[in-house]
Amino acid sequence: MAVLKLESLKTFYETLTGEVKAVDGASFEVEKGESIGLAGESGCGKTTIALSILRILPTNGKIVGGKILFKGTDIAKLGEDEIREKIRWKEISIVFQGAMNALNPVYSIGYQIKEAIQLHEPYVTSREALERAKKLFELVGIEPSRINNYPHEFSGGMRQRAMIAMALACNPSILIADEPGTALDVIVQAQVLKLLNELKEKLGLGMILITHDLSIIAETCEKTAIMYAGKIVEHGDVVTLFKEPLHPYTIKLIDAFPDLTAERTRMIAIPGSPPNLLNPPSGCRFHPRCDFAMDVCRKVEPELIEERKGHFIACHLVSKRSGS
Amino acid sequence: MKREKVTSLLAIWFPRGVVVEMDETVIRVEGLRKWFPVRMGFFRSLFSRMQLYVKAVDGISFEVRKKEIFALAGESGSGKTTTGRVLLKLVEPTNGKMYFKGKEITFLGKNEFKPFRRKMQMIFQDPYESLNPRMTIQGILEEPLLIQGIMGEDKEERVFKALEDVDLIPPEEFLLRYPHELSGGQRQRVAVARALILNPEFVVADEPVSMLDVSIRAGILKLMEDLMKKYEVSFLYITHDLALARHICDRIAIMYLGKIVEMCDMDDLVKEPLHPYTRALMAAVPVPDPTSRRVEVKVKGEIPSPVNPPPGCRFHTRCPEYIGSICKTVEPALIEIKNGHYTACHLYSK
Repeated sequence: MAVLKLESLKTFYETLTGEVKAVDGASFEVEKGESIGLAGESGCGKTTIALSILRILPTNGKIVGGKILFKGTDIAKLGEDEIREKIRWKEISIVFQGAMNALNPVYSIGYQIKEAIQLHEPYVTSREALERAKKLFELVGIEPSRINNYPHEFSGGMRQRAMIAMALACNPSILIADEPGTALDVIVQAQVLKLLNELKEKLGLGMILITHDLSIIAETCEKTAIMYAGKIVEHGDVVTLFKEPLHPYTIKLIDAFPDLTAERTRMIAIPGSPPNLLNPPSGCRFHPRCDFAMDVCRKVEPELIEERKGHFIACHLVSKRSGS
Repeated sequence: MKREKVTSLLAIWFPRGVVVEMDETVIRVEGLRKWFPVRMGFFRSLFSRMQLYVKAVDGISFEVRKKEIFALAGESGSGKTTTGRVLLKLVEPTNGKMYFKGKEITFLGKNEFKPFRRKMQMIFQDPYESLNPRMTIQGILEEPLLIQGIMGEDKEERVFKALEDVDLIPPEEFLLRYPHELSGGQRQRVAVARALILNPEFVVADEPVSMLDVSIRAGILKLMEDLMKKYEVSFLYITHDLALARHICDRIAIMYLGKIVEMCDMDDLVKEPLHPYTRALMAAVPVPDPTSRRVEVKVKGEIPSPVNPPPGCRFHTRCPEYIGSICKTVEPALIEIKNGHYTACHLYSK
């Protein structure tokens, strides 16, 4: 059984100008020791999914529908106290985007990890917590003797490692990594991704990797979900999705990605820009930018259907083709 | 007298071949250095005599030819952005020489340099910060014309044409808008239009697409390529993304800690990278293909501080192909290994 299962999750933000439908029906599963990549352009709702799972949405954000099933229980309905005591950090934790700014500059890193442990496990003594923090440092490849250093004494890559150590402090079963590579240099990024992969295998973590970079997903994930304007448009295992993408958006997104080793070609851009989620386009949300838009695309919203085993897609073109 | 000595030294360091005929090169740089003094506290300045410098750019030479996109690539802190800024004299160089179409511009004063500004422009990284939020698009595009004293009807015509060139059509619709009314991609198009409105011959593009979404990047880059062909502009394209550079650049120089470690045609680099750093950089680029296995990244650690760069070859502290004490003591020169393919590494200097 899947450790974490999302069932048509809907998260909206209340703003002065109206309701922003940041996530509008997202479903996927994460299994033990498996990583799923959530990809899409900025503003498509990737990070909102992560914040919804951990229940740390800003005050104007609300889960308005759907289920978040963690080992069978719907955590979208749990109260704040229960979430804090049972789920957050102990079962599901997150490595935030931009490790550079996620650490508090006035406390030592050891103190910050200790704080995370003691907050969620109040019976642990300071000394034990610090010992655990040292073990975590070893796990992520930082000298344990540097436990009392401050964030400014660490380089970017080390800070990212420290953030990972902190996320693992209470032995979670699901780790969400929000853009773990951005803001790092390519070589350091490769090191961090390698570390995440090793940890996944060693600790049997389920991982949700949020990124806008498809090539990172191709290298580290088993499954991937492509998001567009708050919806999952295609979902399946990495190899099928990259080798035989079906949704026009996925196809274009993969084409827009430059490949260092491939022949020099002209890159293909997707015309237009992502829609405003205050007022998303009717029908299929991709239709204003799609080359194959038909009448039905403008009117009816396509459902996410299982085209082949484990390969889900939401597109009228594909459902028509397979239907006829 | 002193200058002559420097030039003759340069001739020894950078033998024939680096310098191609004058009419083909738009920008030529010889032994350019930019050292930023480290500000010290009052007490430290009392007790320490030594002024420390951040050696952001430390003796680099290259040239940008006519109608060419030349890439400067490297990790952050390698000095690529500083190089771009020094070239446009947004910061003053420490020493070395810079030529624009054969004329030396290294130490020109502000007024003397002004006519060159017309020919040399820049596209900045972040379109959310490089456009003045209080000016309309028309105002933003007119400003360079006003500064260069282009008035009257000609001015409006040029603004219109510039907007059309960057596919912001119809131009009337954009003229009176403010930057916050445009999307990221449209803003960067305005930035491109602003850079090209004076018909420059050389443009520095500092990571022009790194702040944009993937689906929009290709459009901006294609636009740059088209305009380069149409107006015969040369670009210095500063980037950390080798995969992107591969698809739009003709030649490339890889920088590490203020030095060029490899310089060649883009195709040669992909076919046969010579310097261990280049190889590491290329191995680290993720491949958008789940079936291909990544080559193991052997390089450890991160880029050292440019205040106190390692002696000898600057990469020796992280190099997986370290060959002995020579790397630690002798700084390798940038030498031509094959036709037009330069690298600075002791592996090849035997």
